[in-house]
Amino acid sequence: MKSTRLPPELQAAWEEIEAYAKEYGLDFFPIIYEVLDYRTLYETAALGGFPIRYPHWRFGMEYDQLMKGHVWLGSTIYEMVINTNPSYAYLLEGNDMVTQKMVMAHVAAHVDFFKNNMWFAHTNRKMLDEMANHAARVQRMIDRYGYETVEEFIDICLSLENLIDYHAPYIKRPEAQTHQSVLAEDEPLVVEGLPVERSYMRDYINPPEFLEQQRKRLEAERARHKKFPEHPQKDVLLFLMNYAPLERWQHSILEIVRDEAYYFAPQGMTKILNEGWASYWHSEIMTRRALRDSELIDFADRHSGVVAVHPGRLNPYKLGLELLRDIEHRWNTGRFGKEYEECEDLAEKLNWDKQLGLGRQKLFEIRRLYNDVTFIDEFLTPEFVMQQKLFTFRYNRDTDMYEIASREFKEIKEKLLFRLTNFGQPFIYVEDGNYNNRGELYLRHRYEGVELRMDYARDTMRNIQRIWTRPVHLETVVDEKRRLITFDGRDFSERKMD
Amino acid sequence: MSIHRVERDLNRFRQIVRGKIKKDLRKYMSQGEMIGRQGRKYVSIPLPQIDLPQFRYGTRQGGGVGQGDGNVGDPIAQGDGQSGHGEAGSEPGQHIIEVDVTLEELAQILGEELQLPNIQPKGKKNIVSQKDRYSGIRRVGPDSLRHFKRTYREALKRQISSGEYNIADPIVVPIRQDMRFRSWKETLQPESNAVIIYMMDVSGSMGAEQKELVRITAFWIETWLRSQYKAIDIRYIVHDAAAKEVDQETFYHIREGGGTKISSAYKLCNKLIDERYPADEWNIYPFHFSDGDNWGGGDTRECIELLRTQLLPKVNQFCYGQVRSLYGSGRFAHDLEEHLGKHDGLVISEIADRDDIYDAIKDFLGKGR
Repeated sequence: MKSTRLPPELQAAWEEIEAYAKEYGLDFFPIIYEVLDYRTLYETAALGGFPIRYPHWRFGMEYDQLMKGHVWLGSTIYEMVINTNPSYAYLLEGNDMVTQKMVMAHVAAHVDFFKNNMWFAHTNRKMLDEMANHAARVQRMIDRYGYETVEEFIDICLSLENLIDYHAPYIKRPEAQTHQSVLAEDEPLVVEGLPVERSYMRDYINPPEFLEQQRKRLEAERARHKKFPEHPQKDVLLFLMNYAPLERWQHSILEIVRDEAYYFAPQGMTKILNEGWASYWHSEIMTRRALRDSELIDFADRHSGVVAVHPGRLNPYKLGLELLRDIEHRWNTGRFGKEYEECEDLAEKLNWDKQLGLGRQKLFEIRRLYNDVTFIDEFLTPEFVMQQKLFTFRYNRDTDMYEIASREFKEIKEKLLFRLTNFGQPFIYVEDGNYNNRGELYLRHRYEGVELRMDYARDTMRNIQRIWTRPVHLETVVDEKRRLITFDGRDFSERKMD
Repeated sequence: MSIHRVERDLNRFRQIVRGKIKKDLRKYMSQGEMIGRQGRKYVSIPLPQIDLPQFRYGTRQGGGVGQGDGNVGDPIAQGDGQSGHGEAGSEPGQHIIEVDVTLEELAQILGEELQLPNIQPKGKKNIVSQKDRYSGIRRVGPDSLRHFKRTYREALKRQISSGEYNIADPIVVPIRQDMRFRSWKETLQPESNAVIIYMMDVSGSMGAEQKELVRITAFWIETWLRSQYKAIDIRYIVHDAAAKEVDQETFYHIREGGGTKISSAYKLCNKLIDERYPADEWNIYPFHFSDGDNWGGGDTRECIELLRTQLLPKVNQFCYGQVRSLYGSGRFAHDLEEHLGKHDGLVISEIADRDDIYDAIKDFLGKGR
């Protein structure tokens, strides 16, 4: 195996860039670079950036896709970095110097983001080991229960992997804390018995057998009335882990899939901001400090590739970068706050400059506290939307085409936020784990104007039912009417709810 | 890090893709082939997907946000294209992928799934063709076959090992011993030729849906036969009251009116065989598709005569596929069955809708003739 360590000339380049990055105030974990040939790089990318993952066909599928994109469409992965401490970053062997330098600057900013952004605060920084542990555990299960069996169960779990509560790591929710059995009571039951006037009569009026009987009755009644779960629970995976009749190994797999989903979740939640931040810094570091005269053209070419806009698509690198620059400009010139907002004079607004110079400071604040949703919600302005030529599109049934629907600020912002909130995925809650008092699972889809894709929803219900084993219900909206869909293990049924 | 960690997952994935095709073959086949792009050429590749079900929004309802020029109402992407999914958020866990299966693989899968027997070609087993294949490397040969890369690699090896190589001035000069040349082997391949003669009834009663059925069936038949023979000729005949030979494009898109005289097509087919494809040298596969509505009793009798005396003795197998149409009486299949039902070389299959294509192909190709 050949060495993947950084060759001397790249090591020198990194030391230079590292120094610039620190001067700018970026604060990152130690970064270990590895130089990989394209095959190994794509392989690692298929495994989510980790050298070892549990065996699963989807990594092969991912690899196949990446390789085909590379071979047929010429798409290239420049950079890959994982959120661990120390961080590992991969460079593609044979890239020219200016590309490697740009990637290093980009990576430094990513790692700074991982380290300082609050949404990453709860991620496991030893994930490299954790992934390897997962791989070893799954391999043991495979050895014991067979490839097919384990793989099939992983497939089921993956079909549910989006049913987690993306905010759970930041809020302590009662259900999430411990593995409570369903009927465990927090306070002991006090059974009063019949009223007794004279104490010597007590044992005759309320014999112990009778008291015991009363207690049991009360307990049963209480269990029946107690809501389970007490509040609708969004972490469906956790609910299943706690209450579904799983075998030990199945429980482990569900746990592994859930852990990994939570680990990757913040990266999905901060895609625009994180890429914008990294692009902002690679551009800053390269153009102001690290670039040699001879490298200018190549850098411009690479950078324009990164932020290129394909017609009708949104490039997170581009959107994030432009929005950050816009904010920097606004805070440098003081174009924010009550005075600016309420100014009616267009000419004055256009030349507004309070010489505050707060831009950079604001950006660091944003990288610490924001995710994509809050970032867009707070900083997207009508001017920016117009300048960046953003639009919303919709599907036109008559022409079988996607077409531009609107260029109104309000609609664009709404649509963008909708797409970003909960990863643009439907909200599904466990409403009742003991529906009809028959241990049936009742799920509710919080309808927000867009219906579920029903064939997928049905198959997902099938998978949940296989874990839950009792009938599964889903409350949702089909063709604009409320419906309760039930899968009892064999057949689907549907009934109106209004 | 071990090398090719992902290989196992990749193999597994490919196996599943093939397994998936097997299971969903009916549905899948009805979709026909899809057009993909390889380099500058457009090629036909089927595109199965493995997409685990999840709770997610119907893609078409949602829409999204994009960036660029254009006015409200301007189209930006095709309905079923991928480019519509321009969401900014990342999409973890969403795996939509294209996997290409070559036509040979497809034929193999088709063969396995339908348990199609391999065809024993008739005729000229003793005709063999010689073919040169460049399969090796040797040290002597003509300059025109010099293997440039290997030669220089040898030279580089020699220079490094002898200490001549200088990193600062990396000049590699091959000498005579470094030269490597491509070498070839002669292989003998038995030649067998096959011809498919597609005949289609294009009278007024054959609608667009019927032609689509014929087209899909024809595609799969062709795929299979191509996997069995080295070279295949395909001829197309259309007929209503009169028959004529046409090209492929016309075959699938023509719409004639008028009555139906099936014998005209059989006569033309027979003529074609006599002129171009002598039965002792060619494996001949005529396929006739019609809605079974023939003109008057006399013509059907003539068809049966033609089949009995002329066509059936010459061909490997004569296949008649009857598609259901709104207007056709569907008599012809019964008539053939009645008069020629016992004949081995004749296969009759009825194709009512897309689900029947699977069975029709099995009927047509299941005998291994």
